[in-house]
This record gives sequence, C-alpha cells and structure tokens, in this order.
Amino acid sequence: MTLKNKLLEPGEHFLQGNQALAEGALFAGCNFFAGYPITPASEVLEHLAKRMPQLGRICIQMEDEMASIGTAIGASWAGAKAMTATSGPGFSLMQEFIGYAFMTETPLVIANIQRQGPSTGQATKAAQGDVMQARWGTHGDYMPIVLSPNSPQEMFDLTIRAFNLAEKYRTPVVLLADEIVAHMREKVVIPKACEIEVFERKKPKSKNEPFFGGETIPPMPSVGEGFNVAVTGSTHNEFGVRFTADPEVHRKLAERLVGKICLDAERIFDVETYGIENCDVGIVAYGCISRSVYEVIELAKNKDINVGFVRLKTLWPFPEKFVKILAEKAEFIVVPEMNLKQVFYEVQRVAACEAKVFPLNKVGGGEIITPEEILAKILEVRT
Amino acid sequence: MKVEVRFAGLGGQGMVLAGQILGKAAVFDGLFAVQTQSYGAEARGSAAKSEVVISDKKVWFPFVRKCDVLIALSQQALNKYVEDLKENGVLIMDSGYIKEAPRSFKGKIYSFSFSKIAKEKFGNEIFANVIVLGFLSEILHLVSEESLKKAVIDSVPSKYERENLEAFDLGVEIAKRLKG
Amino acid sequence: MMSEKFSMRNYLRGLKYPFCSGCGNFTIANAFLRAVFELGHKDLSKFVFCSGIGCSSWIPSPYFLADSIHTPHGRSIPVATGVKLMRPELNVVVFGGDGDIAGIGLSHLIHAARRNVDITVFMVNNMVYGMTGGQVAPTTPLHMKTSSTPYTSFEYPIDVVNLVVEAGACYAARWTTIHQKELREAMKKAILTRGFSFVEIVSQCPTMFGRRAGFKNVTEMLEWFRKNSISVEEAERISEEELSGKIVVGEFIRRTRPTLTDMIREVMRKAKEETSIEG
Repeated sequence: MTLKNKLLEPGEHFLQGNQALAEGALFAGCNFFAGYPITPASEVLEHLAKRMPQLGRICIQMEDEMASIGTAIGASWAGAKAMTATSGPGFSLMQEFIGYAFMTETPLVIANIQRQGPSTGQATKAAQGDVMQARWGTHGDYMPIVLSPNSPQEMFDLTIRAFNLAEKYRTPVVLLADEIVAHMREKVVIPKACEIEVFERKKPKSKNEPFFGGETIPPMPSVGEGFNVAVTGSTHNEFGVRFTADPEVHRKLAERLVGKICLDAERIFDVETYGIENCDVGIVAYGCISRSVYEVIELAKNKDINVGFVRLKTLWPFPEKFVKILAEKAEFIVVPEMNLKQVFYEVQRVAACEAKVFPLNKVGGGEIITPEEILAKILEVRT
Repeated sequence: MKVEVRFAGLGGQGMVLAGQILGKAAVFDGLFAVQTQSYGAEARGSAAKSEVVISDKKVWFPFVRKCDVLIALSQQALNKYVEDLKENGVLIMDSGYIKEAPRSFKGKIYSFSFSKIAKEKFGNEIFANVIVLGFLSEILHLVSEESLKKAVIDSVPSKYERENLEAFDLGVEIAKRLKG
Repeated sequence: MMSEKFSMRNYLRGLKYPFCSGCGNFTIANAFLRAVFELGHKDLSKFVFCSGIGCSSWIPSPYFLADSIHTPHGRSIPVATGVKLMRPELNVVVFGGDGDIAGIGLSHLIHAARRNVDITVFMVNNMVYGMTGGQVAPTTPLHMKTSSTPYTSFEYPIDVVNLVVEAGACYAARWTTIHQKELREAMKKAILTRGFSFVEIVSQCPTMFGRRAGFKNVTEMLEWFRKNSISVEEAERISEEELSGKIVVGEFIRRTRPTLTDMIREVMRKAKEETSIEG
C-alpha cells in the first residue's frame, strides 16, 4: 500500500484488521496515539507511526503501557482524541489508568487485541479471555463500554464508533478484538469522509459550570483554556475539588458514573441477530467465533434445525434485551467462546429459567472453534 | 464458487506476501477473500504459511480446512500440508527444495525450480513468490491477471516494481511452456 | 514589573492547605508562586500542573487557581508529557514526592529526561513516605528508623539529581527548604529552561520523619539541613568518605538540546516529504 498525506480513498481496500483499526481511528479524528510494542497489537502502533506524522498528528512509543495510556489521558485533557492499543499483559498494566479515566471522565479509546493468557501465555495465539477483565479489571464500581469487532471492516467501523461513544459519554471505551480478526486481511469498504459521523465532545461555556456533575454527562474543558479545571482520581465534588470525607459526595459521583452508561445502555449496545423470532436452538457469540456461527446456521438448516443467533457487537453494557428474546424462543442456547466460560455465565443469568445454556469452550494454540464443532455441540445437547 | 489456497514454505520465502497479493487481487476482481497467516515463532526461519479463501459470496470461516491449491516451497511444508489437499486439488511445488514427490496425492502436480530461476534471473530467491503467482495465474485463472499485477504493484516496494512484474511474467511463461 | 506586591492569595483557589504544621510544602508552594510572580505571571493561565499521590502532590491540586491534573501514584510525568505534546506553548509543571517520582514513577522520570520533553519536575524529597505513615523511601538515608524499617533502613538511597543529569536533563538542581532564595531562583531557571528541567527540594516532614529520626522540632531539622548542605563545587573537592551523609546543593547541569516537540515536528516534516513510504 502506498501511503499518502491524507485519509484512505473511499472504496474497497484489502486491509489487515489492525491496519483497518488504525485507519478508522484516523477517520474518527484521532490526533494522538501512544503505545508500547506487544504482539498481536504492534501493527496498530507501527501503522500509525507511519500515518500520523503524514497528517500532522502525534504518535509516540512510550516506555511501558502505563506511560502509554497516561500520556493519552494527558493529551485528551489537552483536547486530543486519544488512543492506545495493547494486548492482555499491557491491558493488565493499564488497569490503574483505566480506572482513573472512568473516575475523571476522560474520553479515550483503548484497543485490546486479545491473545492467550493468563500472564505471557501464548503471545501469538488468539483468545477471548479478557471479556471479564474489560468489565471488572480495575477496582471499584464503573460501567465500561466494550465493543467486539468480527472483521477488518468492523475494526474500521467500530473504532470510529468507539471514539464517538468515548466523546459522547466522556468515558474510556475498549475495542476488544482478537488476534484472528486483527491479523486477517479482508475487504474493507471505506466510505467518503463526509459520510462518516464523527462526534465532538461538548465543551463548557463558562468557568462557573460544574465540569464533574450537574448534568449526567457534564461538558469537558481542556487545560490551557482558562477554565482552571481541577482533575483528580480521588473522590471529588462537581467542580472537581477533591472531597474524600463525605460519603454522599462519593455515592452521588459513583452512581452518576455508572448511571450515565447504564441508563443509556439500549442506545449503546449493538447486536446483530439472525432468526431469533423462530428458532429451535440459540447461539450467542462474538468476535472471531461469530464467523463460524454463520456457517453453522447453514449446516444446521440442512439438518432441519433452525438456529437463532445473537452476535454481540457490544459486550458491555451487556445486550440483555436480545439475549432475553432468544432465551424465550429457543429451548437451549449454546455459547461458544475462546475462553473457559466468561460470557456463558452472563447469558445464563439473563436466560434465567427460560432456556438451558450450554458452554462450548476452547483455549490454547489460538485455534478457532469450527462450525463443525459448534454443530456437534448442538446435536449433542438436543438429544 | 469457493477456492481455498495455501502457500507454505520457509520464513523468508515470501509466502505470506504471496497470499496477501492473491487476496488483494480477488478483491480487485470484486470477489470476497480472506487471508490469514501463521504467526509467531514458527514463522521465523522454519515454517511459514499463508492462506487465502476466495469466493463469490462472503467468506465467514477464515481458515483453510481442505485446500484446493497447495503451493509448497519446502519439503517440510509439503509433508505437513499435503494431507489437507483435496483429492482433485492442485499441487505446485518447488523442485529445487522438494526431492520427494508425495506418493499419497493423486491430483495434479506442477513441479518447477522457482527459487533457482529467481536466483538466476533476479539474483535473489525472494522473487520465487511472485514467479509462483504468475504461474498460478496462468494455470488456474482464479483471479484476473490484470488484478494480480495490480496487486503486485500495490504490495511491493516501488523500487522493486519492475523486477516483480518481470518475475510475474516469467511465471506466466513457465506455465505456458509446462502446459505445452 | 515589580510594582505590584506579591500575594499568594492571587494564585490560590482559597481552599485551606491540609499540611501539618511545620511542613516544608508551605515553603515550597510559596517559593514557587513567588518565582512565578517574579517571572511576570499575574496568574497561572500559562501553566498546567500535574501531580501524583503524596503530600507534595497536593501543592498544586486543587489549591492552585489553575488547571491541575492529579494523577494516580507515580504517573504524573506521562500525563504531563501528553499535555505538553498537545499544547507545547504551555508551561507544564510536575510536583511530586520522592516516593512518587523516584519510587513508583522512576522509569517515567528517566524517560522524560531522556526524550527531553519540555516539562519541569519539582521533586520534594522528605526522605520518607509521609502520607502513608512514614515508611522507608528510595531516598531514605542508610540506617534511618522508619515505620517499615523498625531496626533502621538497610538499603542505599538514590541520588535522583545525578540520575536525571545522566539521563539527559537540560537543567537540574538541588536545594533544601532553608535555601529559599536559591530555591526560588532555581525554580525560575527550571521554568525558563527549554527542555526537561528538574529541581529536587530536600524538605522536612516533622510528623513522619523528624520524630522517628530523633529531631525534637522543625528548627532542629532545618539546622540539620544547614549543617549538612555543601555546594556542588565543594563536593568535588572532598573525598567520597567526607561526602557521606551530606546534602549536595546547587546547579548540576545546564545545557541545550532539541526538545521532544522539536523532534516530532522534524518527523512530521520528513513524513510529509516522503509520500511514498511503503506500507
């Protein structure tokens, strides 16, 4: 690919997932990237290191993942649309600052290209083991927004959406991809820049407005603009002043931080459904595994089995509504995932007594769960 | 229509790039294609593998299970992947690196010393991958020759563009001669 | 310029500082704001402050009437780096303690000096983790009693000023809270330095350090600073043995190097020229 001093031309491109992610960020207006090399996310850093200086934007490799996300947070407070990208080990190191970004309501995109953990695990092999870490990784109460792409096209599209959600809700957003989707190359259709919706953060009109309260999603000032904003990860009042003695101040803050996402969950979560109104068997899947499910639907049809499919494009907040419909229609639900049961328990919780939920898990070696394996599971649980 | 192609060889033989070029050409032709590659320790010096699934419909499952075409540039790659080759599949192999033809495989075999001729004509074995693409193009017409050439230009450093296009044409010539 | 009188109040939000009586942070806040005043700033609108966790991190946040970012423990320098890269025209100033800057956040300090990001770091060295109850710090002198070294400390302390000099800082100095005038001048120089600048301020924590170390009161601690301080020049003349236990004060380096922002601008220029970089 010959790169130029502009955004990608509209039309069809053959892109690697990580490249598509990076190009999506550029369309979303990302003007600051800080990262640290890690397999299988390094292509994002490398691609942006080429592309961002061409566009007069900043890309820097930091000394570690904590510095990467911290620098991105500093840039965000200086008005940037900022991003970092990593994989499990780096995502673990970033948890401290992810909590800080929730607490300080800092818009930020964190791409986590999942590999096999725990710890160093299998560095080059795909997995889906960070779903619960993305939900609960940092301490305290918060509600993250976590998106799950299943193709290079969605690496592009959902990265743009991640930036828009981050700016709209003043919160960190995690793009939780996996090695398979990140390293595969596929057709990506790039729309005209003018057709891409880009959300800009709401700025305050005066320095007397509360920047950390008042409204559910308060306006966000940038430093250096005369607002005298005080930003802190400690409990603070609506003007940002550290206020750690009063239980009420903390309750109000914590409830607003969780509430601003939860109360709008139906607008945030995004799913793709197939045949959920009329099905014998339900499948809930996400990321690379969802690609196998489309083939399962065909294979099952040949055996006169109607599959209803809920594909989670948003993992958190969890799209309960659609899983509930699936549970009402299907007698049982299979949840195939490349971990040892993470979304499974969530589906079980939502399905309650409506449907029996069966896990199908595979970890190690980055081996995808094949359509044949999912079909075999369906046939097994049906008997 | 669905074709599954696997390029396999040693790290440094450009197998991953060959797969990327084929996938890109398919997209230029308006087809659907997914390319994946083996990644990690085994891609360095030892086995390297690149897979392309091409179809007129959206390709969901991204990996090759039973392949229609196997391009093997090393004995090790051939031994490892020949089993997954469909009975009526096509095997293209580098006779310079592969001494033993597979006994089990009954389909069509094309054997030529791609690496040797690359070294002779261009001074570097690395051009074998693009010679193979030209060869593949002439034998099977999976995608248009025009798109493949466009994909080659789009994928190689511009200073090596001329050599790569010559390598591609050489591959086409070799195939024509072999077909007789 | 100096016709107006200096008043700390002009630079503060009006919230009460929570420091213990006799804490060095009062002196340091005063010295800094005076330095700012003497540089001609009537307010702090050209400054952004970043600080971590620890008592001295509260010097700017939220007390200064300014933009301040109070970060997780040890992480003020990365945040400051992000701010500076986006807004190079602002003075980005970090306040932090020795635990924050030289303990948990040490690698960020070294790398900031190495990449010469044009920020100023003021490290308040009270030789102890004061906020959490007086535990041993990487700067605690050998054989000191702290709450986590009840039989006295058994590790050698780090010389942070020499470390940042080696790492590439453009300005580095050390003073103590008794050197108020010198400190103020050093702070001014640090702010005016184009490139990474660093000032270590050896300060007293009467509550958590002084008490255990056997000082009866603040005056005794300050007297200890006075007696033990020797200048950089003098330190060069005496033996390593004689130097043990001394506080070497003064200016350690002053130099000019292109800053991180200069370097990134250069990369952008290169990138725009090389339109055919291969992907």
